[in-house]
Amino acid sequence: MKKQHHNYKDIPGWGMDADPENEPNYPMKNYTGDDHHRSDYQRSAPQPKDVEILMSNERPKMSAVFGNSVPPSGLSGMIRRYAFKHSEDRYRHWLPLIFADRVNMFEGVIDDLSRGYLPNMVAERGWKMEMKHNPKGFAVKIATVAAVGYAVYLILKKKK
Amino acid sequence: MDYRGPYRVRTVEKPMPKILHPEDAIIRVTRTCICGSDLHLYHGMVPDTRVGSTFGHEFVGVVEEVGPLVQKLKVGDQVLVPFNIACGKCNFCKQGLFGNCHESNPMATAVGGIFGYSHTAGGYDGGQAEYVRVPYADVGPTVIPPDMDPDDAVLLTDVVPTGYQAAEMGGIKQGDTVVIFGAGPIGIMAARCAWFFGPSRVIIIDHVDYRLEFAKNYAYCEAYNFKDMEDPVVFLKKTTDWYGADVCIDCVGCEAEGNSLQTFSGKVTLMQAGTATALQWAINSVKKGGIVSIVGVYGPPFNLIPIGNVLNKGLTIRANQASVKRLLPRLIEHVQEGRLNPKGLITHRVPLEEVADAYRLFSSKLDNCIKTVLIPSAKA
Repeated sequence: MKKQHHNYKDIPGWGMDADPENEPNYPMKNYTGDDHHRSDYQRSAPQPKDVEILMSNERPKMSAVFGNSVPPSGLSGMIRRYAFKHSEDRYRHWLPLIFADRVNMFEGVIDDLSRGYLPNMVAERGWKMEMKHNPKGFAVKIATVAAVGYAVYLILKKKK
Repeated sequence: MDYRGPYRVRTVEKPMPKILHPEDAIIRVTRTCICGSDLHLYHGMVPDTRVGSTFGHEFVGVVEEVGPLVQKLKVGDQVLVPFNIACGKCNFCKQGLFGNCHESNPMATAVGGIFGYSHTAGGYDGGQAEYVRVPYADVGPTVIPPDMDPDDAVLLTDVVPTGYQAAEMGGIKQGDTVVIFGAGPIGIMAARCAWFFGPSRVIIIDHVDYRLEFAKNYAYCEAYNFKDMEDPVVFLKKTTDWYGADVCIDCVGCEAEGNSLQTFSGKVTLMQAGTATALQWAINSVKKGGIVSIVGVYGPPFNLIPIGNVLNKGLTIRANQASVKRLLPRLIEHVQEGRLNPKGLITHRVPLEEVADAYRLFSSKLDNCIKTVLIPSAKA
């Protein structure tokens, strides 16, 4: 059963970075003792805050730089603000964020429509590639989704 | 590139990025890749991924503008930009942990800033764009050596260092058997880099045949499809004289296949942060006292793994985002000396305008796709 690459020692670079002292807790970090100085280090000047940034409650202040893309807004923004009241340890942080992402998806469509733009779902989902490289599998996927959707429709109709 | 929700992206005109901090630079992107971890964003698996975000943490380009405090870069320099944003001054950066910078992400403490990787990783726009803002420009960006192919350079921003660090964290000894879960670009690179540390066997496990075939040729390794096995853990025990591998490396992360309970709880119901099947197999396939190295990406809440076995087998688990800046000098040398051929992973080159098609191609593993490079059209 046991197989080996026949001449593995001939593979370019074989063994040249081996470090016998890497066992098993060889530090990936170059320990300097600075950990014990905690947050006492020379920080860069803080980036001016030009949009609303939600900050983790596990840190006392903003990091020196941050991304300013897509500030929280709308209903998803309200949910995100709630999430950031809780630490990264809590479900109350992460689950609302995932929920906000889903709400945000619908807000995106509403925003497109309100600007008179009809999103091209086929193009945005790259279905052209599926049709080109996986026509049979893609047809099965579509048929399955349609069948399940129709079955759900029939069940709901019957209940009414 | 503009994210619109799970499985939906498009290209739009966005305002030109600006210098927001004196240590910033603006880079005109010339090559950018879709990473396997971008697919977790694309699939809606990473919390706080906002509609309107631009993804992309693997990119190279030309310096267009620098902030007043930037000293090491000048306009016109061709640079590769590590995926992690690092200040170079905090206690973590000072100790070489550039993937764990404390001054680049106010939105979470468990991860440093990463370009284009959700607000959980700092809310930065990414490099799947014509231009991108790069903070701490004197720290991360590295001038590309004149003799280096930009296709090699763009893979040095993440794939190569992450694959190399995966192997490095495995503490591989001469003669070891190393098992790698996942034959995506990172897994393939980890398999190739594992040889630098002197093992006698490198085994890669996946379920996509064309990727296994590619890995076998590119990384000189054994490659097996777990769908052909009744039980991959038993298979790996058997092939290691019923002992277990010396080192197991998880290069899959939160979207692994192969275990229905993990799939149901992690993908279907999102009761855990994705599926931890590869990590479960790694823990159960490694020998007692062995090392499990993790570079596959998992979400922040929690995952189901057999932690009791970690204790009872006395395992060492090592994991981190790659410290790209720490590893670059050695990796550039490996590329320049011809020992590593990063661009050999690239199978598709796509104009940035066709980003939606490129994501679908990579996500659905169509047309034997291993690695896709996006080419923006902006000219100097």
